[in-house]
Amino acid sequence: MMHLLPVYPVAGLILWAAVSITLHRYPLAQMAVTALALLSAWAVSLILLYTATFSGPIVLLVGNWPAPFGITFVADRLSGLMTVTALTVSLCVWLYAAFSTAREATGQGFYPAMLAMIGGVCGAFLTGDLFNLYVWFEVLLMGSFVLIALGGGRKQLEGALKYVSVNLVSSALFLAGAGILYGALGTLNMADLAVKMHLQGMPMLSSAVAALFLCAFGIKAALFPFFFWLLAAYHTPPAAVNALFGALMTKVGVVAMIRVFTLIFNHETEVTHTLLLILAGVTIAVGALGAYGQWEIRRIFSFSIIGQIGYIIMGLALNTPLALAGALFFMIHNMIVKTALLLTGGIAGKLMGTEDIRRCGGLYVGRPLLAYAYLLCALSLAGVPPLSGFFGKLALIRAGFDAGAWAVTAVAVAASFLSLGYGMKVWMYAFWGPLPAGIPDTAPGMRSPSVESSARGMIWAVAALIGLMLLLSVGAGPLMRFCLATAEGLLDPREYLQAVLGQGGGALK
Amino acid sequence: MEFGFAIAIGGLYAAGFYMMLRRNIVKFILGLSLLGHGANLLIFTAAGLTRANAPLTAGGSGTVMADPVPQALILTAIVIGFGVTAYMLVLGGRVSQLSQADDVDALRESERGAE
Repeated sequence: MMHLLPVYPVAGLILWAAVSITLHRYPLAQMAVTALALLSAWAVSLILLYTATFSGPIVLLVGNWPAPFGITFVADRLSGLMTVTALTVSLCVWLYAAFSTAREATGQGFYPAMLAMIGGVCGAFLTGDLFNLYVWFEVLLMGSFVLIALGGGRKQLEGALKYVSVNLVSSALFLAGAGILYGALGTLNMADLAVKMHLQGMPMLSSAVAALFLCAFGIKAALFPFFFWLLAAYHTPPAAVNALFGALMTKVGVVAMIRVFTLIFNHETEVTHTLLLILAGVTIAVGALGAYGQWEIRRIFSFSIIGQIGYIIMGLALNTPLALAGALFFMIHNMIVKTALLLTGGIAGKLMGTEDIRRCGGLYVGRPLLAYAYLLCALSLAGVPPLSGFFGKLALIRAGFDAGAWAVTAVAVAASFLSLGYGMKVWMYAFWGPLPAGIPDTAPGMRSPSVESSARGMIWAVAALIGLMLLLSVGAGPLMRFCLATAEGLLDPREYLQAVLGQGGGALK
Repeated sequence: MEFGFAIAIGGLYAAGFYMMLRRNIVKFILGLSLLGHGANLLIFTAAGLTRANAPLTAGGSGTVMADPVPQALILTAIVIGFGVTAYMLVLGGRVSQLSQADDVDALRESERGAE
């Protein structure tokens, strides 16, 4: 019975999406069904994580075909951790959406598309088959295509077009890579690929195919030089969609990259991982500099998503347990804090009527709670010590020093100061500083009561995320130990291979 | 036979990328589907071209069979590609309606930040 559980966060959510489509005339019922679906999937993902931690990976052989022949779903520590985090953040976004987009977007399919997308995301985390990963990517893209275009005007649809087209190019590259890999090794099961790659290798082809996957996942993860679509698309939809994308979409690409480059392409590290390290360094620099130059809250934090992706890829490229653990910790921290920041940006934008921080000001006076929420998140994002962002960066930078990767470590440290800089820039302009002269004051009371009440509701979502962030800061020790164990499991995947392939997996090492 | 297929795949990729760089929404979508077909043929060829029986057997062994996996992969990819292309056409049509242009160079609205 236990081995069937990995299906639920995937197929279950998609089934619930279908149910919620039929309820399109009843917005409240649709909202409740979405909450029910997310909560149940969240509970299941907790069981998955618990079981994967204490009794090893859960493997589901679909149709009971033995491992290399059928499709497998594997819930190991990495996929369990990512599924739990993704669903937790999704629940917070649901809370925000319940107060904001509900009025504008229900009936146009926000909730069904959200459920389908999250189902696809969970599928991408849990699958153990390369082609199946492609299918889940398409599923989650379909959901995201709907979300990003929902109810949009010209600006949003233009962004959507760019998002859709670039992601489809990336899928075509992924498909080609999977095809070549199947031609060379005769299998698509990730565990089997790892074993075959280890035993027979693919002289000549290995690095070429690795480069194809690097491009395909790099586009999805918004790695330099593939990040331009993100800037065109991410800030155009409503804040709830923006936050959901910021939390989940790029991270799926990153997790796929971690999986593929630790399990399958880990033999020619001097080629692949060096390339990754260079790209990570440039991504960190470009993301931080770009964010510093922007003036709209959600554009700033969309740009900074790119820089944060660079940190995670840096951990992957350094290829040591500490670096990978730092990357995982940083990714979880980032999913939570970035969502909180994008939602705060959405609330501030709603209250001020604009997200251009030069036309905002004095939010601290009317909204001290929102201001403190923002400040906590911005400090955590920059990595100020007692908060969660610090621990991930500490592990990454320490691992960078250990590996002697001076250049990228220096960039990572410098970019941290820049991220403190742009975080404080928003604080000074929008929250702390006075309203600029000549801008009509939209003080509390002058706004419509519906904006007021929806802002009061939406702040609960931010509060929940901040609670999670503080939990992460207090529980940094245990979580980091867990991440270290996960990272060791990734670098020495015998447990994973044995769980999927049975005794045949022991052939490795 | 592989040689001919390789040429065809290369041609499809080249034509696909050429079309995508033409700065026109419709041509972009056509280019994208050419790219998809190129990838499908690539899977087909990379997995090995066999002149053999259909992968159905009455239980007897010894007959040479074509590998069914690439066929299943391509079938899946074609179905997904069809759905995605349909969505792309609708989206592209709506965008060109709204922006009164089919030239992707004119689509700068979403990237324009606060000046």
